[in-house]
Amino acid sequence: MADHVLQIEKLSKSFEGSQVFNNISFAVDQGELSSIIGPNGAGKTTLFNLMTGYHVPDSGRVVFMGKDIAGRQPYDIVRLGIARAFQRTNIFPRMSVLENLVSTVITKNRGNLNVVTPSAKLKSAHERSYEILESVGLADVAHRQSGTLAHGNQKRLDIAVALALEPQLLLLDEPTAGMSPEERWQTVELVQQLWENLKITMLFIEHDMDIVFKISQKVRVLCYRTLLAEGTPEEISSNEQVIEAYLGEEV
Amino acid sequence: MSVQFYLFLLINGLSLGMLLFIIASGLTLVFGVLRVINFAHGSLYMIGAFLAYSLSLLMTGGSLFSFFVMLLVVPPLIAVIGFVLEYTLFRRIYRAEHLLQLLLTYALVLILDDLVRLVWGGDPRNVTRPEFLAGSVSFFGMALPTYNVFILCIGPAIALGLWLMLYRTRAGNLMRATVSYPDTLGALGVNVSWVMTSTFMLGCWLAGLGGVLMSSFANIDLAIGMEKIIECFAVVVIGGLGSVGGALLGSLIIGVGITWLPVLLASVGVQEASRWALVFPYAMMAVVLIVRPWGLFGKPER
Repeated sequence: MADHVLQIEKLSKSFEGSQVFNNISFAVDQGELSSIIGPNGAGKTTLFNLMTGYHVPDSGRVVFMGKDIAGRQPYDIVRLGIARAFQRTNIFPRMSVLENLVSTVITKNRGNLNVVTPSAKLKSAHERSYEILESVGLADVAHRQSGTLAHGNQKRLDIAVALALEPQLLLLDEPTAGMSPEERWQTVELVQQLWENLKITMLFIEHDMDIVFKISQKVRVLCYRTLLAEGTPEEISSNEQVIEAYLGEEV
Repeated sequence: MSVQFYLFLLINGLSLGMLLFIIASGLTLVFGVLRVINFAHGSLYMIGAFLAYSLSLLMTGGSLFSFFVMLLVVPPLIAVIGFVLEYTLFRRIYRAEHLLQLLLTYALVLILDDLVRLVWGGDPRNVTRPEFLAGSVSFFGMALPTYNVFILCIGPAIALGLWLMLYRTRAGNLMRATVSYPDTLGALGVNVSWVMTSTFMLGCWLAGLGGVLMSSFANIDLAIGMEKIIECFAVVVIGGLGSVGGALLGSLIIGVGITWLPVLLASVGVQEASRWALVFPYAMMAVVLIVRPWGLFGKPER
């Protein structure tokens, strides 16, 4: 059990009477790169919201590194080590790419009460920011206003910001949504590369089956308020139930 | 009348404006970050003034020591009251409609004002100025009250301090980020509701500081809270809700206007000029609302 970073235990959630999850459970292993798939409205993003404090489950537990975090505040969960790159990009659009990173690095390393030193004077935060920007390939646009970046680069920045929080568990909500096919594969490569280099646990939501099956070690299928199936890409792609419910006849 | 006399009035008006600014800056800061107009701000200022009065009774009147103790003790006490109010009441209404916010803060005005009546009674009070601020300084042949000159110096210091804090420190970054992107900030691991509580406390600290300075400036009574909140509201609307720079300009306009107008009007033969001058803050507010509804320094709502 000790090597489970995250355990979802008997989680249920409903909104205004309609149930989104009924009693779902699964565990995420340390260092795993895994994915969550499911039809629209299956509750994939809701699941992330439950993990990161944006929603409170009706019952069940979300155990992260041995602690039940269900119902804690989002900022608290970030500090415990779960970071999230959002589906809708989540950056300060009028600041430069570098400034976005620097603010995040400082927030992470907050000498907690040192709120007096101007951020521009914290040299180590700048170095760390550049390091992260290089790792996601944004170093050459460091001084651009982040709101003016192309969509793909904004997503990258969002990932960079999440990385700057130095999470144990990184949640990526549709990292390739709205990208051109070329950008998609670049992003996928980036995600895989980051996973290999940083050795953190990553869990992502994705629609594109080619991507899901190419990079996930484990795939989880959400459908009809439950976890329909869980397994390696091979197991999932040959699972009768999944094929019937979701993937369609032709797969 | 001589130029010198108008200059004298100008300086007095400016110091009145600076006092107004210290209080109004707290109101505008709280509105800027929390999006709530705290009408109880004036009551907190009044409590600050009365606390300073009570404190002064415990010490040698007019000593420098007692003045410093008041300045050091009272504003933090008001900030603590602010903390209690924010933690128990205000944080429940940030996302509520304006009517509810108005009802809550107005209810607080009634409660706090009656509490002051209960504790201190209705008699006007005053606090002896410390000796070194009690006299007057001569300036181009005029005798200016030292205390007014003192306030004239404190105001800009507060303005500068607030500006440095807001634009040159990380505390200010957090406050400004809370205004525009509270959700993003939470996702970065910042406890946004704590930023809001701190901002509210800072606003109350400023109200308390204004109260202490006021207690030695003029008589204090049960009406000063209501009187000041209305002036501050005018100031903040004129300057632009949420803008500290706007509050400074608005305060100076109102302060100078209130002191100058009665004299100006009287000198051109208007009867009961001082009563007409009372209209000035509201007339000014109305003009700004017509010409530039978002205030002199404010930004139009997106």
